[in-house]
Formats: sequence, C-alpha cells, structure tokens
Amino acid sequence: MNSPLASPQSSAPTADMLAVVKKQRLQDFLFHKITMSFSLLVLIALLAIIASLWISAWPAFNKFGIGFIWSDEWDIVNDEFGALIAIYGTLVSSIIALVIAIPLAFGIAVFLTEMCPVWLRRPLGTAVELLAAVPSIIYGMFGLFIFAPLFADYGQPALQSTLGQMPIIGPLFGGAMNGVGMLAAGIILAFMVLPFIAAVMRDVFEIVPPILRESAYGIGCTTWEVVRYVVLPYTQRGVIGGIMLGLGRALGETMAVTFVIGNSHRILPSLFAPGTSIASTLANEFAEAGDMHLSALFALGFLLFAITFIGLALAKIMILRTERAKGTRT
Amino acid sequence: MKNFFAKALLGGAVAAFGLQASAAEITGAGATFPYPIYAKWAEAYKKETGVGMNYQSIGSSGGLRQIRAKTVTFGASDAPVSGANLDKDGMVQFPAIIGGTVPVFNLEQFKSGELRITGPVLAEIFMGVISKWNDPKIAAINPGKALPDQTITVVHRADGSGTTFNFTDYLSAVSPSWADKVGKGAAVKWPADSSVGGKGNEGVAANVSRIKGSVGYVEYAYAKKTSIPYMRLQNADGVFVRPTEASFSAAAAGADWFSVPGMALSIVAQPGADTWPISTASFILMYKNPQDKTASADVLKFFDWAFKNGKDMALELAYVPLPDTLTDQIRSKVWSQIQK
Repeated sequence: MNSPLASPQSSAPTADMLAVVKKQRLQDFLFHKITMSFSLLVLIALLAIIASLWISAWPAFNKFGIGFIWSDEWDIVNDEFGALIAIYGTLVSSIIALVIAIPLAFGIAVFLTEMCPVWLRRPLGTAVELLAAVPSIIYGMFGLFIFAPLFADYGQPALQSTLGQMPIIGPLFGGAMNGVGMLAAGIILAFMVLPFIAAVMRDVFEIVPPILRESAYGIGCTTWEVVRYVVLPYTQRGVIGGIMLGLGRALGETMAVTFVIGNSHRILPSLFAPGTSIASTLANEFAEAGDMHLSALFALGFLLFAITFIGLALAKIMILRTERAKGTRT
Repeated sequence: MKNFFAKALLGGAVAAFGLQASAAEITGAGATFPYPIYAKWAEAYKKETGVGMNYQSIGSSGGLRQIRAKTVTFGASDAPVSGANLDKDGMVQFPAIIGGTVPVFNLEQFKSGELRITGPVLAEIFMGVISKWNDPKIAAINPGKALPDQTITVVHRADGSGTTFNFTDYLSAVSPSWADKVGKGAAVKWPADSSVGGKGNEGVAANVSRIKGSVGYVEYAYAKKTSIPYMRLQNADGVFVRPTEASFSAAAAGADWFSVPGMALSIVAQPGADTWPISTASFILMYKNPQDKTASADVLKFFDWAFKNGKDMALELAYVPLPDTLTDQIRSKVWSQIQK
C-alpha cells in the first residue's frame, strides 16, 4: 500500500503526485470529449441528412405545397408530382408483409424456445438467421423469375376463387393475374422481415427467467397459457422492438420490391394490381430525372424518412403506455 | 504521421493534375443505351493507343448534369438537346451511333414477326383504348389470323431510359392523341390500366415472356440477343418491316441531319420503304470552348478513330454505325467549332 492515493494521512501531495493526478484528469477529460464527439457525430450526420433532403426537396414542396402528400399525380412529362401513390404502395406492401410475418415469426420463436427438441434448436435457429443474410437482390430475382410465375398460375387463381368471392374483401383479390403486384411484393417482403422479427422474438423469449416459466407450468398451465400470460407480458418491449425492426426494413426495402411490385403509378383496389413504393420509385427514376422530377424524388425520400420516424415514435408510445398500465413506470 | 498525410495528399493532387495534364484517360458520362458499344470501342482504342476511357453510364439526364457541371469532357444523351439550349450552354452536339426500339409481345400461336402492327394501333394499345387482342383494329391489319379474346397487358420500362424516349417519341409522332395526352420523355405517365413496369430491358423482357397476352418494347440489340418475339411494324411508306440493321441504317441515311439546329434531329417515322420507324441516334455533347483543350481534343481523336475503325464492332453488338457521308460532315461542320 505505498500508492500515494491510498494514504490520505500522509503529508501534503508532492509534485509527482500532482503530476499523476493532472495527467489522469486530462485523460478522463479527453476520453469524455472523444466519446462525446463520436456520439455527436451520429446526431450531426442525422441532422445533415434531414437538412440536405429538405433542401433538395424544397423546390417540389414549394411548388406543390402540402398537397404533394395526397396528390395522386405523377406526370413526369408535364412536371406534375404527388406522393400519394408511392406512400400508399409503401404502406400497403409493408402492412401485408407484417400481417404475414408476425404470426409466422411468433410461431417460430415460441416453437424454438418452448417446444423444440434441443438437438433441432440450433439448426433451425441458424436457418432463420441465414434467411436474414440473403441479399435483397436475390429475393428480388427469386420473386420475379420463380415466385411470380407460380403465384400467377396457382396462388392468384386460388385466392380469387376463395377470398375473391367474399363480400367486402372480394375486390382486393380481383383483376388480372400477372403474378407481380402489391400482394407479391408484400409476400416477398414478409419473407425478408420474417428472420429479423423471429430472431428478436426468440432472443427475448429466452431471457424470461426459468423460475417464472416453471412456476406457471407447475400450477398446471398449458404451453399456450405460459406464452400468453408469462412470456409475452414479460417480453412485450422486445417483441414490439422486433416488429418495428421488421417494419423499418419493409418500408425501406428497395431492390426486391422493385422487381415484383409492378412499378405502375396508379392506385387500384385489387392487391393483384401492380403499384409502386417510395423506395422503388427512387431506385427506378433517379438516373434520368430532370430538375423538378429530381426534387420530387427527394421529397419522396424525405416523406419516407418521416414515415419511418412516425413508425418508431408510435412504437415508443405503445411501449410507454403498456408499461404505465402495468405500473412498472409512472 | 502528419507528414505522411501531407505527402499522401500532395501525391493525390499531383496524380489528379497529372492525369488531367497528360490526359491518359478520356472522361464521359451519360446515356446507358450506347454504353456497350462505347465500352467496346474504348477497349479496342486503349489497346491501340494506350489512351483509356472512363465512361459512366448514369443515364442521359445524369450525363447532361455532369457535362454542365464540367466534371466530364463529354456528355452523352439519347434524346437530342435542342439547338437553343446548346447555344445557351456553349455546346455542340453530334450523333455517334444508331439504334432502335422494337415492340415485342407474348401471344400463344404467334411467332416472332407473325403479328403486324401500325403506329396508331400501337399507341391505342399502350393508351389502354384497345384492351383485347381480338379488337377489330388489330384484326384488320392481320387478315386471316385468329386472334384470341385475351386481355392485353402493357409492359413498359420502370426506370427512365433512352429506349422509352425513343418509343414515346415515335408514338407521339404517329398518334396525335398520344402526343396530346402522354407526350414523350425518358419516363412518362403510362395511361393503360394494365401497365406493368420492368427495370431495364431485361425487366421488360422478363415480364413480357412471362405474362400471357402482354406487349412491351425493348432496345433492338437486346431483342436480337434474346430472340424474344417482335412485331412487324408499318413504316411511313406503309410497308410492314422487320427490325434489321439494314432497316435502321435506312432510317439514318434518309435523314437530313443539318436541317435542324445542333443536329437535334429525331429519326422516328422517317420515310423510305425499308425504314424501321422507331430508330434513334445517341448523341455526344461537348463544349465549343473547353476548359481543358487537350482532353477535348483527345475525345475528338477517339470518336474519329471509332467512326473509322469501329463499324464492325458496332454491327457485332447490333448497333448501326453512322454512314461515312455523315461522319465526314460531322468532322467538317461540328468538330470544327470546337476550339483546339
């Protein structure tokens, strides 16, 4: 114990000791500033992206006003632009993707954590994770060349003769059966977001303390009851986070959607009909865009940013509200 | 460490300036449609002279932006820039290669070239006015053929492209209502309800070969390479022609290039019995008074060489080279305006 700091009863600090302290203070100071500047860099990059999007989009917002958001015009020759068709396509394809992917991902996660034999757990889990590693262009090519023809020949006729005959939702499955279109894009997107949601759900289900789970089984709960009343409430936050991760990917997915959505600037009632999304419009049209067209594309990009932001904010509010209801946070 | 960065920076700067000064590389950007032939010419040119070309096929509009920003020595565009705009920017323009667009289709029991079509009927199909294959207007130009009662699906390019410009330029020329309602451009508002967009020629071809009863359009070189069924199209003289190299050069030969300022001539719907009506030239844009005169001269040397020696390469890739009479005129009337 001959360290100078460990002996407070010793006499006044020597010059050596002061130098060490000074050096340490400087180190701490620098460390603090450097890590802070790294964090600020993210914030600055984010703000810079928003600002540059806004500046490039300004001519379009200035010309078309707030009506840009709900105008269904996209006439490149006459320089008339509106975002409604692209926003509609983005939201509808993402919602279809989530409607399909969430139950599947939930089933996968429950099976892997609650019921799967141990020897199968690893290969299955790895397979799900590998699905996330497939590049999106591969999904696009698979979608256009393999999935779409099969979907046109078998999937769409089957849907049209069953769901298409029902009242109210019938028109959603009407019209020409080309394979490509809004529904095809939604299904391909579902496969793309599935591994993200499933992997997050599995990971959070695994952190439920065994004692809670075993107590529930101990008092005679079924597997479903354990999942519903113990696992889900405990992991709500992570589950919503996983879904939001999936939604974020679905909203911004570009290549795969471009291949299968049909790239047609119109809103038709049928989900079989081709449409377009914000990301696919940007990918298609940037290269040959003139001045106002380019600005309108930047405006679309800005709106995509806003939609993603709103999605994240809603998720945050949802988490806060459920936690307040449970009394874990006031 | 500081010293190292300074040296690296200096080295980079020297390298950059050095390149510009000795012009070991020609820089250009623009149209995607002529990219394969420019790349092929550049490869052969480099073998012969050691001077390479860096051509970025970023699209015609991108090419215009780059040449206006003076980041490249030449720009390339599929759509001609009007004479007035050329004068405003102090640029000249000349055609470098001829190509064309071919309407393709997918209809059972009809082979390539068996279906005949006229410009106005094609326009009505793409407008959605004609929506069935057994429409009397299609039947009238295909006498004796049994056309099915099948819905037509229109397939177009989803990305902006010179091929779309060429196709809509043609439809605007032959159909007043197309010109009025849709117009021409690298991308347009496709009016038919059944429209499906594909990315690139390969995207359109993939959709057409997959969707029964569909009709689309692709660049000639691509149609030839993939042997996707094409239609015979009626030209301005009333003859139903097949797309061949000869029918494209017939379109180029008949054109009076210097009748419009800046050679901004569209060669769709040209007269002549052998002429393929959806033909186009791809243009090169350069400054009359270039910032870097050596680089500019190098570009002219390259195209001079390509016009003389690149014809077979062009034909191999299913493009049509410019006739000698035209290239001579380009040398004497256009290149002479560029300061050396």
